[in-house]
Amino acid sequence: MKKIVLIEIAATMLRARLRQTIVAAVGVTFGVAMFVTLLGFMNGLNEMLDGLITNRTPHVRLYNEIEPNPIQPLSLVPDYTGAYNFLSSIKPVSGRKAIYNVNQILLTIDADKDVRGYAPKITTPVIITDGPVELTGVMYGVDVEAELRLFLFSDYLVAGEPMDLKTVANSVVLGKPLAEKLFVKIGDVVQIATAQGDRFQLRVVGLYQSGLADLDKTLCYASLSTVQKILGQSASYITDVNIKLHDIKRAPEKSAWYRELFGASAEDIQTANAQFETGSSVRTLISYAVGITLLVVAGFGIYNILNMMIYEKMDAIAILKATGFSGNDVKSIFIIISLSIGIVGCLAGLAAGFLLSSVIDNLPFNTSALPTITTFPVSYNPAYYAIATTFSIITTYAAGWLPARKASKIDPVLIIRGR
Amino acid sequence: MGTSILEARTIRKQFHDPVTVDVLKDVSLVVSRGEFVSLVGRSGCGKSTLLYVLSTMDTDYTGDVLIDGTPMRGLTESQLAKVRSEKIGFVFQFHYLLNDFSVVKNVMLPALKLGAYSEEEIHLRAMQKLAILGMEDKAKKSANQLSGGEKQRVAIARALINDPVIIMGDEPTGNLDKQNADTVFGIFKKLSTDFQQTLLIVTHDPEFASKTDRVIEMEDGQIVGG
Repeated sequence: MKKIVLIEIAATMLRARLRQTIVAAVGVTFGVAMFVTLLGFMNGLNEMLDGLITNRTPHVRLYNEIEPNPIQPLSLVPDYTGAYNFLSSIKPVSGRKAIYNVNQILLTIDADKDVRGYAPKITTPVIITDGPVELTGVMYGVDVEAELRLFLFSDYLVAGEPMDLKTVANSVVLGKPLAEKLFVKIGDVVQIATAQGDRFQLRVVGLYQSGLADLDKTLCYASLSTVQKILGQSASYITDVNIKLHDIKRAPEKSAWYRELFGASAEDIQTANAQFETGSSVRTLISYAVGITLLVVAGFGIYNILNMMIYEKMDAIAILKATGFSGNDVKSIFIIISLSIGIVGCLAGLAAGFLLSSVIDNLPFNTSALPTITTFPVSYNPAYYAIATTFSIITTYAAGWLPARKASKIDPVLIIRGR
Repeated sequence: MGTSILEARTIRKQFHDPVTVDVLKDVSLVVSRGEFVSLVGRSGCGKSTLLYVLSTMDTDYTGDVLIDGTPMRGLTESQLAKVRSEKIGFVFQFHYLLNDFSVVKNVMLPALKLGAYSEEEIHLRAMQKLAILGMEDKAKKSANQLSGGEKQRVAIARALINDPVIIMGDEPTGNLDKQNADTVFGIFKKLSTDFQQTLLIVTHDPEFASKTDRVIEMEDGQIVGG
């Protein structure tokens, strides 16, 4: 009952000053809308750029580094153990690229609950011949299903069906610029030569565009079994195991653990791409700073308008107090005014921000680096909407609090006798 | 003499700006139930100051004020607001109606704040009070559409809405022409005789004062007669 009358008085005061009220609310609307749009756009972009890396980069990569044995025979000679030996021109003993004991490793990884999935892979240099032309290339033997599931293979396949790579015998997917250079299209046959000199005819079933032109100029994908056949290796010949974890943050820890457990080399995504996280966090920080500044500016608008209203309504405040309204009641009235400006402005701002986001979302944005992206990326994360709401309500409350306190302290005797 | 409604005991008050002046010097008075009292005196004698002390709006004084037997000293700001709401009705020189509200809403506001009745009942009571003042046909109008005399009558209706034990007026006819002043006095007189309403009215109009039950005369911060 008492609260209702306060709300009623607040509403009447708002209506009496409708234009200023609207201007104040529009300030909040603008702040909230820009906050939501800016953060949505910035984070959409962040997610896309991060996606460029995280979509195609394994969280942990297991491989067999070709390096000289750290324990050289000299160290095993009793006379020289404990001594500091200088050796030069040490060579690795074998050129083996495959991971040792790969089947056991895959079984272990498969059982690991932290792992979302893994994709075995073979990387090998090849020469692609087209008549007299010889182009160097890199051939990747992949498990198509795992690549589709974990590394969004189909997103980057600009022509052809991904499963053809698995189902069609002796098939290959070429980088789009490579295919253009060779003048081949889907269905054509290209000839591939390995480093050992063996030649194979492979049928083109798709074109791939990763967005990195240098990579695409040399890139060929084939199924694991095709590459194993080309190389004359058994089914256990795997050079890389690419692992995706449930929690990307645990990659360094898991990679250290695998290194120890499997005796293979392991590299985590944070080490491989240290720069990308820094960029995202700085961009996010900037957008938060701009958004919050806008809301604070809107808060000052409300503060001004309430101050003005209090000077105008001095008489009304005095008489309310004389007829039994307490200082706290008067304060509540002005806080209600401020909060309703804030809430209405905020709701309109959320709607406007959403609309603006969808407009940006539909603007064409074409880049050869990102074949799957046709419009600007925008994130609709509800968290930004929640943050904007919280901040706008906090700022409007703060903006209303000072004038409201001032109003509550007005001495009715001074006003009434001052007439 | 009925029971005491309003009692002041040795009220002393000073103004400090620009120099310290004693405005009220040990003022004591008692207003009994049903009395129509006028408080007169020259400008600056402290009569309005005394009224605001008695009204609980001014708390900067020494001495004691008792309203309806309850001492006002030591009550918090919101407790005093409640006392004003329940026990005191005010009529000022200026009407102080809220222009953004309708006439009836202006009358209703103090009762809505007190919350003793439902909104429908309060509306009904507000209409009754307006009827006493002959203003019921103006109820739906906005406050700023009324004439000066009409506004003052609405202000009186507002003062009556919570059935206060006392009505205090600070020069309620001061801004009105002769005819309207007579109307307002007539209303006060009617409230006093028909409803046994206690009234304490500050005025400098000797004619007004002479027609009341009791005249308290003040001079230089002291009561000199009545």
